[in-house]
Amino acid sequence: MDLTILWAGIIAFAVFAYVVMDGFDLGIGVLFPTFKVGPERDQAMNTIAPVWDGNETWLVLGGGGLFAAFPLAYAVLLPATYPLVIAMLLGLVFRGVAFEFRWRDPAHRPFWDAAFTGGSLVASMAQGMILGAMLQGIEVANRAYAGSWFDWLTPYTLMTGLGTTAGYALLGSTWLIWKLEGPAQDHAYKLAFKAMLATGALMAAVSLYNLTLRPEYADRWLTTPEILFTWPIPIATAIAGLFLWRALIKRREVAPFLLSLLLFLLGMAGLGLTMYPDVVPPDMTIWDAAAPERSQIFMLVGVALTMPLIIGYTAWAYWVFRGKVGADGYH
Amino acid sequence: MFDSLDALFLARAQFAFTVSFHFIFPAFSIGLASYLMVLEGLWLKTGKSLYLDLFKYWLKIFAVAFAMGVVSGIVMSYQFGTNWAVFSDKAGPVIGPLMAYEVLTAFFLEAGFLGVMLFGMEKVGKKIHFAATCMVALGTFISAFWILSVNSWMQTPTGYEIGANGQFLPGDSWWAIVFNPSFPYRLVHTVIAAYLTTALAVGGVGAWHLLKDRANAHARLMFSMAMWMAALVAPVQIFAGDMHGLNTLEHQPAKVMAMEGHYESHPDGAPLILFGIPDSEAGEVKYAIEIPKASSLILKHDPNAPLAGLDTIPKEDQPPVGVVFWAFRIMVGIGFAMLGLGMWSLLARFRRKLYDWPLLHRAAVLMGPSGFVAVIAGWFTTEVGRQPFTVYGLLRTADSASPLDAPAVAASLLAFVVIYFAVFGMGAWYMLHLMKKAPQPLEKGVKRGMKGPIRTAGITPGPTQNPGHAELLPDSDPTDEDPPEGSKDARTPEGGER
Ligand code: HDD
Ligand code: HEM
Ligand code: HEM
Repeated sequence: MDLTILWAGIIAFAVFAYVVMDGFDLGIGVLFPTFKVGPERDQAMNTIAPVWDGNETWLVLGGGGLFAAFPLAYAVLLPATYPLVIAMLLGLVFRGVAFEFRWRDPAHRPFWDAAFTGGSLVASMAQGMILGAMLQGIEVANRAYAGSWFDWLTPYTLMTGLGTTAGYALLGSTWLIWKLEGPAQDHAYKLAFKAMLATGALMAAVSLYNLTLRPEYADRWLTTPEILFTWPIPIATAIAGLFLWRALIKRREVAPFLLSLLLFLLGMAGLGLTMYPDVVPPDMTIWDAAAPERSQIFMLVGVALTMPLIIGYTAWAYWVFRGKVGADGYH
Repeated sequence: MFDSLDALFLARAQFAFTVSFHFIFPAFSIGLASYLMVLEGLWLKTGKSLYLDLFKYWLKIFAVAFAMGVVSGIVMSYQFGTNWAVFSDKAGPVIGPLMAYEVLTAFFLEAGFLGVMLFGMEKVGKKIHFAATCMVALGTFISAFWILSVNSWMQTPTGYEIGANGQFLPGDSWWAIVFNPSFPYRLVHTVIAAYLTTALAVGGVGAWHLLKDRANAHARLMFSMAMWMAALVAPVQIFAGDMHGLNTLEHQPAKVMAMEGHYESHPDGAPLILFGIPDSEAGEVKYAIEIPKASSLILKHDPNAPLAGLDTIPKEDQPPVGVVFWAFRIMVGIGFAMLGLGMWSLLARFRRKLYDWPLLHRAAVLMGPSGFVAVIAGWFTTEVGRQPFTVYGLLRTADSASPLDAPAVAASLLAFVVIYFAVFGMGAWYMLHLMKKAPQPLEKGVKRGMKGPIRTAGITPGPTQNPGHAELLPDSDPTDEDPPEGSKDARTPEGGER
């Protein structure tokens, strides 16, 4: 087995774990203003209070893992998207502390609520736009970013930013459906419906745009035999979307969240196939950027030893606080 | 208007700013996690609720410090790529894996068990709860282990090969990379520093409350514990610092020259410059107050041993002297002040007036924040002293930076400064507020009356930060603020479940 491919898989897994776990709490941040001040907001907050922070550790693993396994990609990507990365980090700072201070400083609660939403929105947009900037290609010369200041700002990256934000909102609202009851839950159903439509439309738009982005991308999706491997993904996505629609109409409580996760998984798989084997399109493949074998093996030992434990206690934590949430937190 | 040097300078300023801010929190949480572990262990062993009260008092403060450590730490894991892209590309294969290990072995461990630690004994039982506290303390130590290994490798790189593409590649033993020559010294000195910092902060808070009420049993206990730490550990720290300096003399002599202010070589015994104003233009220390031959005595254990000065180092390889010289003196000065306070407390114990010597308490309050100043000063000595290199002797700082333009870096630096001061200022204010309240019998966890779970980092749920006392907590209790009348110096009120 080629270790480089394995490592690409591990990084992809870390990013997916991050998107799944932090995605829904960023989404709740984005939707926060639409909830009524008072118990509704407190409830929404309480559903993520115990977990948001552990969730963000996956972001550190994604970034740290990229640094360790594909140092050159890390070294090119971050300068290329510099303003986005800084904005994301500051957004996360605001959001993280807003979480704490909101409870501790009731006098300034409206301010911290706004900081929570603002931080979440900025972080979601920035993450989506970083993804878009990667997909549209980054200019590299002599192992360094060679483009200019605003290469990352295009209609395409705006679309991926909005798409990610809408997707997070979908995850957030379906999570709330699962966790809440009463009027707050009704509200979450309405939000989920809108978020689903927005996510679907933006996913479709990004996919079509991808075909025009680079000839290789189009080849992958429109010529045989690749088509046989790639097309099942959009088809499955469409089916999952239909199921989600149905689940929302039938007011299922758990299925919407799981189906939204499935949509994300398929979306990521689609983008991964589009890029593969590049890590920084157009020219840098995962093998160009990979750390030497000794580094890969050393880290693989660490991952093999710790990852089962990490997944184990994360799952346990989610199990412990299963169930609905009232306004006073978990009981 | 801007040339590339400005972008480099701004990138350095930004990195120094964000990492200095970050380090303030771990310096506190490494020490506090261990302190909490000791308190809880003592409580389990003795059953005295005094310990449990203190545990809960400091747990609340710990929660805030930890949260700020996490958010500022997440920034750090991306600063290498945003500011030092060339460095990241070149050194990534060697230091990247060490940092990945930090995430896997430390950060997840902390995040995983912190929830249990905050979330309370009533769910998991005392034993598991204590185990969780130990895990969090262990996590903070493991985190320090890896990140200091990374930093030390950059100071004294060993065990690498240079690849055809210019990257540093791991040689055949990771052992040589992780345990590079300066790492053991740096680990010991920094971890002790975190303990001292915490001890002084705890002692300052204890002293403050003693000044207000000498009979407060909780304040007495924390003051006494902290003063034992200062008295016993400050001398160890000075010794460790001395060893660290000797190690540095061996591997990074130019740094020691800058610390000592030795512009010139001294063929027969170098003086120890206590104070003075380094003037790099003139290449001399003005108005120097010096002890003849003492520097050679300390560094070489021989008053007449020759010591080389910066005049033996090519100009372009010299570190800036001023910052290193001053930062070093601030750290050492504080180190001796801590020692002095520790000795004073021993004297007070001997004369049986540890709790009745307001001047001592005032001094302890004054020294409360000194550890934070010392650790930052120490890091400035270390980091500025290794300039102009990022990987010592091999990769220059000027060749490490990202291809960014000055205005972009300036704008983000400004954003960091404004937001950090505002946000972490609020957090610090909140901690001070918690410290201002006197610790009391039946110390509450974070009050439930505020509605909502108050917890911080951690992936496990935390409905209450009041381990052991859940059943005593009404959902909303407006009288939370006031201690029960007359119970102020009760030693052992019935404390929680036994
Ligand atoms: C409470 C904090 C504290 C105190 C009281 C001291 N130090 Fe320190 N010192 C540190 C906290 C620190 C630190 C923050 O932990 C540093 C920065 C990097 C490192 O390895 O440790 C450091 C670095 C550092 C270095 C630089 C090593 C290098 O970069 O190669 C030397 C030579 C000393 N120390 C020596 C001393 C001496 C002789 C002290 C006696 C008074 C002393 N320190 C007190
Ligand atoms: C946590 C406490 C730390 C503090 C207060 C600190 C402080 C500083 C300061 C003041 C500088 C600027 C030096 C100069 O430009 O003249 C610097 C640079 C740097 N430090 Fe640290 N540092 C700390 C820890 C670390 C650690 C643990 C690492 C590595 C993992 C590290 C890596 C670097 C790098 C790569 C630079 C860039 C080189 C440069 O700016 O000159 N630092 N740090
Ligand atoms: C001497 C230097 C450093 C020490 C001892 C240290 C230690 C710690 C500790 C103990 C924590 C846990 C949170 C807390 O206790 O506040 C933490 C958080 C963190 N540190 Fe540092 N750190 C240092 C410097 C750095 C540097 C230079 C980086 C950048 C790579 C970094 C990255 C992080 C990250 C990403 C977190 C957040 C972890 C989480 O999400 O749980 N640290 N650090």
